[in-house]
Amino acid sequence: MSTKASRSAARLMLAPAVILLLGWMLVPLTLTLIFSFQRYLPLRGGFQGWVGFENYVRFVTSSAFWPSVQATVIIVGGVLLITVTLGILLAILLDQPMWGQGMVRILVIAPFFVMPTVSGLVWKNMFMDPNNGLLSHLWRSVGADPIIWLSDASMLSIILIVSWQWLPFATLILLTAIQSLDSEQLEAAEMDGAPMLSRFWHIILPHLARAITIVILIQTIFLLAIFAEIFVTTQGSFGTRTLTYLIFQRVLESQNVGLGSAGGIYAVILANIFALFLMRIVGKNLDR
Amino acid sequence: MARSVTTQRKSLNTFIAWTIGLLIFFPILWTILTSFKTEAQAIADPPVWFFFDWTLENYRVVQERSNYSRFLWNSIIIAGGSTILGMIIAIPAAWSMAFVPSNRTKDILLWMLSTKMLPAVGVLYPIYLIFIRFGLLDTRIGLTLVLMLINLPIMVWMLYTYFKEIPGEILEAARMDGAGLKEEILYVLTPMAIPGIASTVLLNIILAWNEAFWTLNLTAARAAPLTAFIASYSSPEGLFYAKLSAASTMAIAPILILGWFSQKQLVRGLTFGAVK
Amino acid sequence: MRLGKSLVASTALALIAASGAYAQTLTIATVNNGDMIRMQALSGAFTEATGINLEWVILEENILRQRVTQDIATSGGQFDVMTIGMYEAPIWAERGWLVSLDDLPEDYDIDDILPAMRAGLSHEGTLYAAPFYGESSMVMYRTDLMEAAGLEMPEEPTWDDIAEAAAAMTDRDNNINGICIRGRAGWGENMAFITTVANSFGARWFNEDWEAQLDSPEWLEAVTFYNDLLQNYGPPGAANNGFNENLTLFQQGRCGMWIDATVAASFVTNPSDSTVADSVGFALAPNKDGLDKRANWLWAWALAIPAGTQQEEAAMEFINWATSKDYLELVAEREGWANVPPGSRSSLYENPEYAEVPFADMTLRSINAADPNNPTVDPVPYVGIQFVAIPEWAGIGTQVGQEFSAMVAGQQTPEQALARAQALVTDEMEAAGY
Repeated sequence: MSTKASRSAARLMLAPAVILLLGWMLVPLTLTLIFSFQRYLPLRGGFQGWVGFENYVRFVTSSAFWPSVQATVIIVGGVLLITVTLGILLAILLDQPMWGQGMVRILVIAPFFVMPTVSGLVWKNMFMDPNNGLLSHLWRSVGADPIIWLSDASMLSIILIVSWQWLPFATLILLTAIQSLDSEQLEAAEMDGAPMLSRFWHIILPHLARAITIVILIQTIFLLAIFAEIFVTTQGSFGTRTLTYLIFQRVLESQNVGLGSAGGIYAVILANIFALFLMRIVGKNLDR
Repeated sequence: MARSVTTQRKSLNTFIAWTIGLLIFFPILWTILTSFKTEAQAIADPPVWFFFDWTLENYRVVQERSNYSRFLWNSIIIAGGSTILGMIIAIPAAWSMAFVPSNRTKDILLWMLSTKMLPAVGVLYPIYLIFIRFGLLDTRIGLTLVLMLINLPIMVWMLYTYFKEIPGEILEAARMDGAGLKEEILYVLTPMAIPGIASTVLLNIILAWNEAFWTLNLTAARAAPLTAFIASYSSPEGLFYAKLSAASTMAIAPILILGWFSQKQLVRGLTFGAVK
Repeated sequence: MRLGKSLVASTALALIAASGAYAQTLTIATVNNGDMIRMQALSGAFTEATGINLEWVILEENILRQRVTQDIATSGGQFDVMTIGMYEAPIWAERGWLVSLDDLPEDYDIDDILPAMRAGLSHEGTLYAAPFYGESSMVMYRTDLMEAAGLEMPEEPTWDDIAEAAAAMTDRDNNINGICIRGRAGWGENMAFITTVANSFGARWFNEDWEAQLDSPEWLEAVTFYNDLLQNYGPPGAANNGFNENLTLFQQGRCGMWIDATVAASFVTNPSDSTVADSVGFALAPNKDGLDKRANWLWAWALAIPAGTQQEEAAMEFINWATSKDYLELVAEREGWANVPPGSRSSLYENPEYAEVPFADMTLRSINAADPNNPTVDPVPYVGIQFVAIPEWAGIGTQVGQEFSAMVAGQQTPEQALARAQALVTDEMEAAGY
């Protein structure tokens, strides 16, 4: 339908975004790529010569590499599992008739507005601290020994904190999707005497498939990059060192920019494999 | 056809939903309450809930130590600026992809999203060096640019999915009536797109407000926003829960209030094409 | 005539405006420790006297380190005055990144700085960072609990004395832990403490050929001892406790003993923050029976000027103010002698009023007992007691610290932690080209 004129106009409108993002991607990526082939130690004066693939080999053969990939997958997977499952349940619940629906929605949405540093600090100190945290008071009040969250259940703690922040996002998107569900279809099923579980399984869940993929895609992009929550709580101890955090340690703590850059390139590759896989699914959905 | 429910069921729903809602909100509520306690009350076991001597002392201490209004102002400028700038670039891009799609549209869209996969820590050194080169360190303009760029893919995508839902027939009808491109955008599309735009703007402000890596690493004093403000309260010597709570409350209050007032707008457009 | 007058007037106005525009502003990066926050509060006096405005960037220790290191390594020029430690000063000075402080005026009395501090902040005999406060480590203990246990703490305890006292004071039912020591990972956190323990057991980080020595029996003995102390008599969640967490615990009366920075003495004896203020005793850091090496460290937070700043003179003026004798008196006048930043100047310890402060003497003795050039029994190729003054240390220390922290959390044995640490250090040193 579109004419030649509107096509070139469209291209013109698209150009700024594409050019900016291309620059934003290419310039730092190129520099990172260059650094990754150098021995680059700022505290020893910076550039120390070209080393080929040494940094790449060193990064993957270090004992910290695979555990960090594993930690990343567990955290991202755990948060996705919790936010999507609870998000669906919460969305269904919020869709039910009740008093003060708007107010409840305000309460549920609130954690999304809290900056990650604040939520990490608040959870770590005021809730999870084994001596003065609220949870330790709670445990002691029932006569139990307080859980030492950040060391004995470090992964769970991080997953809980991050899930708390992202649950609102998942809930909101899923809620909008549920609200768009044809209520007549549901009622017809209800009248046919289909039990609740079967209605959920055969009508609600398929309807939500698209929304779920989108929640997963968007959250994954953000979750792969989580940093502040770990930085202010465990600082990567007790098995919570994700790939992002490992790169941080290489670049900023060890001040080995070459090695860290190689890690950065690995992270880009891994993230893109993951994303490609996800986007295939979403891409299909976009066509539908 | 409205579904009819018994009062009993409605009561049960209300009870469960409120319980869960309060549970989710509790950490924030507790932080706000704690910010009005003394340090000793903040760690009291059993905890004190509402009946304590409410004090503004913590806020006074925090304000004395850091110039809150400047951090706040920087946050507003940076979050607002990056959103406005981003929208100027994202709206045309999303519009053109939604209404004049080519066979490469989907690839471009997915590629844009993939730029968000670049791990920030991996490119910190390059960006830092570039910032030094152009004198952008610790400037609001530099930070505004970076935050605009990191959120641009999300904005474009969100707008695109929203625009796409605007039925094409309306456009064709308008064209038949002799509307040009300008009229088309101004009188037909814009009113229909406003909820999507409003929602994108809000989401972007939230994301920019809460961004805690670049804002911390690229600023010192002059351009430091509230994420940097909170970084000086993470572990002072001795008891600090009450002061931490006060600082936290100050850091999140503006965005929390904005979010609550505009949550209807935020929710309405926050679909990312999840609804078909 | 009239024209002339108004010309003069407007020129004068312009001049005032111009001088206003050029009013200097220094950006100062510092740690969010109590003494620095007090400095910020008192800095109005400096601005009033000199007309130099100050912008404060006050950050948590880890974030501060990362920010200033990043900035100085890339010559970002964001800060005019940086707060750095004894670890950074000589390394950065060697790179030529810091302005020499030899030009401080006569009345600053550079010779008044405690010799240990001056040596640690100098490179090739030139001072590059002025100590704001200095510290060693020592034992702080509860006199009331010791008395109740029927024990007495010697002034120069051994590790056996410490273990005995910790066992006697531990009272789990009343939430009292015999000993609180650092378990939180970080080169400036648990590694500072563990390294001093290792030193006192005769262990060392590297031999003279820069080969990692964490597989030595001395290390195993030291780390096992440290781990046992914490497991048996330490507070719950010790693996997450750093200086601040332990300070809070001690102030709440939950610790029988605390071995940490001497600077903490003023916080635990301050009745407005501490519930145990009037029953705290002090002793030198312990040694191992038969070995003549005490487990005390040496550290200073110091102010330095990054090379390349446009405002060297103003920065120098600020350092002159903040680390001067007059500043100590200013604090004493406002907050009392006990709250003066300690450990930087000899004259402070000669002051009869300061001598009445209960921890003054022990602090000075601890500082004087530390020797950065001979940190342990065997010779080492590095300088530094609770750290190794090489650029790679921050990375090494933090990663090894995480292994020990996992050990304290019960996730691995001392043998496993040391084996991993040895592999990791060897790897890092190789990557750095040793």
